[in-house]
Amino acid sequence: MSLDKVKHIVLVLSGKGGVGKSSITTQLALSLSLEGHSVGILDIDLTGPSIPRLFGIESAKVTQAPGGWVPVPVHAANPASGVGSLSCMSLGFLLRERGDAVVWRGPKKTAMVRQFLTDVLWGELDYLLIDTPPGTSDEHISLAETLLKNALPGQVAGAVVVTTPQAVATADVKKELNFCVKTGINVIGVVENMSGFVCPNCSECTNVFSKGGGEVMAQEFGVKFLGSVPIDPQFVMLVETGKRPVYPVGTEINGHDVGSAQASDKSAADTKDSSLLVEKYKDCSLCRIFRDITRDVVAAVSGQAT
Amino acid sequence: MAPSLEMPDNVQDVLSNPLKAAPKLVAPEPEHCPGPESEAAGQADSCAGCPNQAICASAPKGPDPDIPVITARLSGIKHKVLILSGKGGVGKSTFTSLLAHAFATNQDITVGIMDTDICGPSIPKMMGVEAETIHVSGAGWSPVWVLENLGVMSVQFMLPNRDDAVIWRGPKKNGLIKQFLKDVEWGDMDFLLVDTPPGTSDEHLSVNSFLKESGVDGAVVVTTPQEVALLDVRKEIDFCRKAGIKVLGIVENMSGFVCPNCKHESQIFQATTGGGRALAKEMNIPFLGAVPLDPRIGMASDYGESFFDSWPDSPACTALKNVVRRVGEEMGLKAESVLPED
Repeated sequence: MSLDKVKHIVLVLSGKGGVGKSSITTQLALSLSLEGHSVGILDIDLTGPSIPRLFGIESAKVTQAPGGWVPVPVHAANPASGVGSLSCMSLGFLLRERGDAVVWRGPKKTAMVRQFLTDVLWGELDYLLIDTPPGTSDEHISLAETLLKNALPGQVAGAVVVTTPQAVATADVKKELNFCVKTGINVIGVVENMSGFVCPNCSECTNVFSKGGGEVMAQEFGVKFLGSVPIDPQFVMLVETGKRPVYPVGTEINGHDVGSAQASDKSAADTKDSSLLVEKYKDCSLCRIFRDITRDVVAAVSGQAT
Repeated sequence: MAPSLEMPDNVQDVLSNPLKAAPKLVAPEPEHCPGPESEAAGQADSCAGCPNQAICASAPKGPDPDIPVITARLSGIKHKVLILSGKGGVGKSTFTSLLAHAFATNQDITVGIMDTDICGPSIPKMMGVEAETIHVSGAGWSPVWVLENLGVMSVQFMLPNRDDAVIWRGPKKNGLIKQFLKDVEWGDMDFLLVDTPPGTSDEHLSVNSFLKESGVDGAVVVTTPQEVALLDVRKEIDFCRKAGIKVLGIVENMSGFVCPNCKHESQIFQATTGGGRALAKEMNIPFLGAVPLDPRIGMASDYGESFFDSWPDSPACTALKNVVRRVGEEMGLKAESVLPED
């Protein structure tokens, strides 16, 4: 099947919606790619696919080749700069209009998830990240079932579980952790997203959705806490408009100074920057945080394999 | 040829006849098959291991005899409002609970909340009744009463342990939603607010088809300002259009954040494409208002308190009250009767 040449499969899960599963998937993919790995993203959020938007490839279409569907390339491998290739598959690429609702009941969603797992020609991949919708229902059950049946032993590395700090979110995410226990999916770790917001004016950090809930939850369930990721409006701007992130001098995020002296150099920021998303992401404050998270994930994944 | 999903007829079919569409089998019927349309479809002994099992289990079994029962059960409810959003985590449940609290400030009004988010129920926590269980009487299941005039029903009340996962496929979720409507003793109520999960799938189709006969006043669509969220919300509005649900309007949540230190307002989730207001204009539906991001709303939700009672003077509270009045107006009610001016 189409996953045969994929080395590791990592799921990105959360019981709660809007906590940043897709943006965490995006950043994990970019970081893995920056480390030189070849990466694929499979978006199985059928009724609300976000991956095409986050990579700015909403108008792309999937092409049919002998033997299956060809995923949409984001960028090719560049061995000179040590960047690995990145490609995506999402239901968003199959829609006629971007605003069209996909009104499907369970059986149809199940069939689509199976097709995504069997009919996409990924080729050789180091990592396949699977972005999921919120909940513990049809898509998740089908995913777990199909992987259990079809994946090679050791291929499914496990799940990165995303939460936000507040109790209302962790309450749902705990259900997802129990889902992983019941379906035998290994939990690689928990990422706490939207953990604090640094005011761009005074650099004061406010815990918009409180703080620390993810770490406490990880302890409670005896799983690794991979790190907390603050809200960075510059990242939102980067994916929404393609603007390269710049920070005022003195901005500190997770104890690191990310401010740049060029912040006042307006002309650089205003000119349309045509470089690749992966290149611009290097300037984002979150890139450093994700480098650490990614290293932990890679270590956990390769630790299992040996 | 590029694969794509260009089957608009199919969507119409699912919407108008969600419980009657013929099952599409993926394999020939096995020996001793009870028949894909029979009562036992997908559940008989011979169904075990059949590739059609899931399809048959969710397939329609003739016209639904329960719809008249639901209509009778809900006959005492004056207004039914759905809270929808294609996107998760935008504040559907927060808004639902705030709307309920606002309505309930008037002692003469009785409000009910039905939480149809089966896999991620948030209403009980936000209402501070997470540990409650459902009482069953001769008249049916009793909702959990938060206040004397505010009752709640959610799957959370049925879980043996708080953190248990509800690992259910569509048909089972639909079954529970039906029970919430058919078996719960809602009684005479002024408002029934239906909180939904994100997406446009089983729960939404079921709520729509079960409530069609008894009539829904409309849907309030919640969004956040950034395009990644609007993209999914657009799909939800498309769904409402196709399903014939009136959209009462759009509420933009998490709109702007005032730094408690320097009072500088920043756009955490930047409205690069104009936010909820532009979407409302584009879709030609009313814009009900924008509610700023206030960490205290999240805090009040975590502790199950009413934000209106805890922080009555905050700007977010004022904005929310205006939205509540606008919702009332869109339903054809007098704003003062819904929520009197302070």
